[in-house]
Amino acid sequence: MTVLNKREFLIVATGAAAAAIAGLPSIALGAEKAEMRVAEFLGGATASEGGLSLEMPEIAENGNTVPLTVRVDGEATADRYAESVLILADGNPEPGVATFHFTPLSGTQEASTRMRLAKTQNVIAVAKMNDGSFMRTDNLVKVTIGGCGG
Amino acid sequence: MSKPRVKIPKSAAAGEIITIKTLITHKMESGQRKDKQGNPIPRMIINSFECTFNGERVFGCDMEPAISANPYLQFTARVPESGEFEFVWKDDEGSVFSTKKKIKVA
Repeated sequence: MTVLNKREFLIVATGAAAAAIAGLPSIALGAEKAEMRVAEFLGGATASEGGLSLEMPEIAENGNTVPLTVRVDGEATADRYAESVLILADGNPEPGVATFHFTPLSGTQEASTRMRLAKTQNVIAVAKMNDGSFMRTDNLVKVTIGGCGG
Repeated sequence: MSKPRVKIPKSAAAGEIITIKTLITHKMESGQRKDKQGNPIPRMIINSFECTFNGERVFGCDMEPAISANPYLQFTARVPESGEFEFVWKDDEGSVFSTKKKIKVA
Protein backbone atom coordinates (compact mmCIF):
# COMPACT_ATOMS: atom_id res chain seq x y z
CA MET A 1 0.00 0.00 0.00
CA THR A 2 1.29 3.41 -0.96
CA VAL A 3 1.16 6.10 1.66
CA LEU A 4 0.77 9.60 0.24
CA ASN A 5 2.14 12.60 2.03
CA LYS A 6 -0.13 15.61 2.45
CA ARG A 7 0.97 17.39 -0.71
CA GLU A 8 0.62 14.32 -2.91
CA PHE A 9 -2.78 13.60 -1.41
CA LEU A 10 -4.00 17.11 -2.23
CA ILE A 11 -2.79 16.84 -5.82
CA VAL A 12 -4.55 13.52 -6.29
CA ALA A 13 -7.71 14.71 -4.58
CA THR A 14 -7.88 17.93 -6.61
CA GLY A 15 -7.34 16.00 -9.82
CA ALA A 16 -10.09 13.55 -8.94
CA ALA A 17 -12.50 16.35 -8.07
CA ALA A 18 -11.73 18.19 -11.32
CA ALA A 19 -12.23 15.00 -13.30
CA ALA A 20 -15.53 14.37 -11.54
CA ILE A 21 -16.76 17.88 -12.36
CA ALA A 22 -15.55 17.77 -15.96
CA GLY A 23 -17.13 14.36 -16.48
CA LEU A 24 -20.53 15.24 -15.08
CA PRO A 25 -21.49 18.64 -16.41
CA SER A 26 -25.22 17.88 -16.57
CA ILE A 27 -25.90 16.35 -13.17
CA ALA A 28 -25.43 17.66 -9.67
CA LEU A 29 -24.12 21.22 -9.61
CA GLY A 30 -27.63 22.34 -8.64
CA ALA A 31 -26.08 24.86 -6.28
CA GLU A 32 -23.98 26.24 -9.13
CA LYS A 33 -27.02 26.51 -11.42
CA ALA A 34 -28.89 28.29 -8.64
CA GLU A 35 -26.04 30.78 -8.14
CA MET A 36 -26.03 31.44 -11.90
CA ARG A 37 -29.72 32.29 -11.73
CA VAL A 38 -29.07 34.56 -8.73
CA ALA A 39 -26.21 36.34 -10.55
CA GLU A 40 -28.42 36.86 -13.60
CA PHE A 41 -31.20 38.25 -11.41
CA LEU A 42 -28.84 40.59 -9.53
CA GLY A 43 -27.28 41.87 -12.77
CA GLY A 44 -24.09 42.87 -10.96
CA ALA A 45 -25.76 44.36 -7.88
CA THR A 46 -25.13 43.10 -4.34
CA ALA A 47 -27.88 41.70 -2.14
CA SER A 48 -28.10 42.66 1.52
CA GLU A 49 -29.32 40.43 4.34
CA GLY A 50 -32.41 41.06 6.43
CA GLY A 51 -35.83 42.44 5.51
CA LEU A 52 -36.73 39.28 3.59
CA SER A 53 -37.77 35.97 5.08
CA LEU A 54 -38.84 32.51 3.96
CA GLU A 55 -41.22 30.49 6.07
CA MET A 56 -41.09 26.73 5.48
CA PRO A 57 -41.24 23.59 7.56
CA GLU A 58 -37.86 22.63 9.00
CA ILE A 59 -38.56 19.04 8.03
CA ALA A 60 -40.80 18.35 5.04
CA GLU A 61 -42.26 14.85 5.13
CA ASN A 62 -43.56 14.98 1.58
CA GLY A 63 -41.29 16.64 -0.99
CA ASN A 64 -44.16 16.76 -3.50
CA THR A 65 -45.87 19.59 -1.71
CA VAL A 66 -43.81 21.73 0.65
CA PRO A 67 -45.55 24.90 1.85
CA LEU A 68 -43.58 28.10 1.44
CA THR A 69 -44.27 31.71 2.43
CA VAL A 70 -42.16 34.64 1.26
CA ARG A 71 -42.27 37.88 3.23
CA VAL A 72 -40.64 41.24 2.60
CA ASP A 73 -40.87 43.43 5.71
CA GLY A 74 -43.19 46.44 5.59
CA GLU A 75 -46.36 47.17 3.63
CA ALA A 76 -46.25 47.60 -0.12
CA THR A 77 -46.61 51.29 -0.99
CA ALA A 78 -46.12 53.32 -4.15
CA ASP A 79 -42.75 54.41 -2.74
CA ARG A 80 -41.50 51.00 -1.67
CA TYR A 81 -42.46 47.54 -2.89
CA ALA A 82 -40.77 44.34 -4.03
CA GLU A 83 -41.05 44.22 -7.83
CA SER A 84 -39.84 40.62 -8.04
CA VAL A 85 -38.91 37.91 -5.59
CA LEU A 86 -37.02 35.00 -7.16
CA ILE A 87 -37.28 31.64 -5.37
CA LEU A 88 -34.79 28.86 -6.08
CA ALA A 89 -34.23 25.35 -4.72
CA ASP A 90 -30.57 24.46 -5.17
CA GLY A 91 -30.93 20.66 -4.88
CA ASN A 92 -33.60 20.18 -7.55
CA PRO A 93 -32.74 19.07 -11.13
CA GLU A 94 -33.69 22.62 -12.17
CA PRO A 95 -33.38 25.23 -9.41
CA GLY A 96 -36.24 27.54 -10.48
CA VAL A 97 -39.37 27.50 -8.30
CA ALA A 98 -41.23 30.76 -8.92
CA THR A 99 -40.96 34.54 -9.12
CA PHE A 100 -43.51 36.61 -7.21
CA HIS A 101 -44.33 40.13 -8.37
CA PHE A 102 -45.78 42.56 -5.85
CA THR A 103 -47.27 45.98 -6.57
CA PRO A 104 -48.45 48.89 -4.39
CA LEU A 105 -51.93 47.29 -4.63
CA SER A 106 -50.61 44.09 -3.00
CA GLY A 107 -50.97 45.63 0.44
CA THR A 108 -48.53 43.31 2.18
CA GLN A 109 -45.47 41.82 0.51
CA GLU A 110 -46.28 38.32 1.58
CA ALA A 111 -47.29 35.36 -0.60
CA SER A 112 -47.48 31.59 -0.23
CA THR A 113 -47.41 28.59 -2.54
CA ARG A 114 -46.46 24.89 -2.47
CA MET A 115 -43.35 23.50 -4.10
CA ARG A 116 -41.62 20.24 -4.98
CA LEU A 117 -38.26 19.46 -3.38
CA ALA A 118 -36.27 16.47 -4.65
CA LYS A 119 -34.19 16.14 -1.47
CA THR A 120 -32.85 18.02 1.53
CA GLN A 121 -31.56 21.34 0.22
CA ASN A 122 -31.33 25.10 0.49
CA VAL A 123 -34.19 27.27 -0.65
CA ILE A 124 -33.02 30.72 -1.72
CA ALA A 125 -35.08 33.88 -2.10
CA VAL A 126 -33.80 37.10 -3.67
CA ALA A 127 -36.00 40.21 -3.67
CA LYS A 128 -35.63 43.11 -6.07
CA MET A 129 -37.12 46.32 -4.66
CA ASN A 130 -38.55 49.09 -6.89
CA ASP A 131 -35.56 51.30 -5.98
CA GLY A 132 -33.18 48.73 -7.49
CA SER A 133 -31.87 47.35 -4.18
CA PHE A 134 -31.74 43.60 -3.48
CA MET A 135 -32.15 41.34 -0.44
CA ARG A 136 -31.38 37.66 -0.09
CA THR A 137 -32.11 34.81 2.33
CA ASP A 138 -31.11 31.11 2.31
CA ASN A 139 -32.96 28.45 4.31
CA LEU A 140 -32.31 24.74 4.65
CA VAL A 141 -35.25 22.33 4.35
CA LYS A 142 -34.86 18.67 5.30
CA VAL A 143 -36.90 16.42 3.02
CA THR A 144 -37.87 12.92 4.14
CA ILE A 145 -39.47 11.74 0.86
CA GLY A 146 -38.35 13.52 -2.31
CA GLY A 147 -40.84 14.97 -4.77
CA CYS A 148 -39.28 14.56 -8.19
CA GLY A 149 -38.99 11.83 -10.79
CA GLY A 150 -41.22 8.77 -10.41
CA MET B 1 -59.72 20.97 -18.17
CA SER B 2 -58.28 23.12 -15.45
CA LYS B 3 -60.73 24.57 -13.00
CA PRO B 4 -59.76 27.72 -11.11
CA ARG B 5 -61.02 28.38 -7.60
CA VAL B 6 -60.67 31.69 -5.76
CA LYS B 7 -61.64 32.69 -2.24
CA ILE B 8 -62.00 36.38 -1.34
CA PRO B 9 -64.25 38.26 1.10
CA LYS B 10 -67.49 39.72 -0.34
CA SER B 11 -66.90 43.13 1.21
CA ALA B 12 -64.15 45.22 2.77
CA ALA B 13 -63.54 48.64 4.29
CA ALA B 14 -61.93 51.25 2.01
CA GLY B 15 -58.17 50.70 1.99
CA GLU B 16 -58.43 47.38 3.83
CA ILE B 17 -55.89 44.65 3.04
CA ILE B 18 -57.64 41.37 2.26
CA THR B 19 -56.25 37.84 1.82
CA ILE B 20 -56.86 36.04 -1.48
CA LYS B 21 -56.50 32.28 -1.90
CA THR B 22 -56.37 30.69 -5.34
CA LEU B 23 -56.11 27.12 -6.57
CA ILE B 24 -56.27 25.68 -10.07
CA THR B 25 -56.42 22.01 -10.95
CA HIS B 26 -53.43 21.16 -13.15
CA LYS B 27 -51.06 18.19 -13.26
CA MET B 28 -47.98 20.49 -13.53
CA GLU B 29 -45.98 17.88 -15.47
CA SER B 30 -42.40 18.82 -14.60
CA GLY B 31 -40.60 17.47 -17.67
CA GLN B 32 -38.33 15.47 -15.34
CA ARG B 33 -40.40 12.27 -15.30
CA LYS B 34 -40.24 9.27 -17.61
CA ASP B 35 -43.07 6.99 -18.75
CA LYS B 36 -43.07 3.20 -18.35
CA GLN B 37 -41.03 2.80 -21.55
CA GLY B 38 -38.41 5.20 -20.25
CA ASN B 39 -39.31 8.05 -22.59
CA PRO B 40 -39.28 11.53 -21.06
CA ILE B 41 -42.74 12.99 -20.44
CA PRO B 42 -42.76 16.53 -21.90
CA ARG B 43 -43.11 19.49 -19.56
CA MET B 44 -46.63 20.93 -19.31
CA ILE B 45 -47.17 23.40 -16.50
CA ILE B 46 -49.08 26.55 -15.62
CA ASN B 47 -46.28 29.07 -16.14
CA SER B 48 -47.90 32.34 -15.18
CA PHE B 49 -50.55 33.86 -12.95
CA GLU B 50 -51.83 37.43 -12.82
CA CYS B 51 -54.30 39.14 -10.51
CA THR B 52 -55.68 42.56 -11.43
CA PHE B 53 -58.20 44.86 -9.73
CA ASN B 54 -60.28 47.12 -12.00
CA GLY B 55 -57.60 46.50 -14.64
CA GLU B 56 -54.62 47.37 -12.43
CA ARG B 57 -52.02 44.75 -11.49
CA VAL B 58 -52.21 43.48 -7.91
CA PHE B 59 -49.94 40.44 -7.88
CA GLY B 60 -48.23 38.20 -10.42
CA CYS B 61 -46.33 34.94 -10.30
CA ASP B 62 -44.08 33.21 -12.85
CA MET B 63 -44.11 29.50 -12.11
CA GLU B 64 -41.48 26.89 -12.85
CA PRO B 65 -41.70 23.07 -12.78
CA ALA B 66 -40.93 22.93 -9.04
CA ILE B 67 -44.42 24.28 -8.26
CA SER B 68 -46.61 21.45 -6.94
CA ALA B 69 -49.53 19.98 -8.88
CA ASN B 70 -52.76 21.98 -8.57
CA PRO B 71 -50.86 25.23 -7.94
CA TYR B 72 -51.96 27.12 -4.87
CA LEU B 73 -51.25 30.80 -4.33
CA GLN B 74 -52.11 32.95 -1.36
CA PHE B 75 -51.45 36.70 -1.41
CA THR B 76 -53.03 39.96 -0.29
CA ALA B 77 -54.61 42.99 -1.92
CA ARG B 78 -55.40 46.51 -0.79
CA VAL B 79 -58.98 47.36 -1.78
CA PRO B 80 -59.33 51.08 -2.52
CA GLU B 81 -62.91 50.96 -3.82
CA SER B 82 -65.67 48.62 -4.96
CA GLY B 83 -64.72 46.69 -8.05
CA GLU B 84 -63.76 43.45 -9.66
CA PHE B 85 -60.74 41.21 -9.34
CA GLU B 86 -59.67 39.20 -12.37
CA PHE B 87 -57.46 36.12 -12.08
CA VAL B 88 -55.68 34.69 -15.14
CA TRP B 89 -53.57 31.52 -15.44
CA LYS B 90 -51.64 30.48 -18.58
CA ASP B 91 -50.07 27.11 -19.37
CA ASP B 92 -47.28 25.84 -21.68
CA GLU B 93 -49.80 24.87 -24.39
CA GLY B 94 -51.14 28.42 -24.52
CA SER B 95 -54.39 27.67 -22.69
CA VAL B 96 -55.74 30.57 -20.66
CA PHE B 97 -57.97 30.08 -17.63
CA SER B 98 -59.62 32.98 -15.87
CA THR B 99 -62.20 33.89 -13.30
CA LYS B 100 -63.56 37.12 -11.77
CA LYS B 101 -64.72 38.10 -8.29
CA LYS B 102 -66.55 41.26 -7.23
CA ILE B 103 -65.93 43.01 -3.93
CA LYS B 104 -67.99 45.75 -2.29
CA VAL B 105 -66.44 48.56 -0.28
CA ALA B 106 -68.96 49.69 2.32
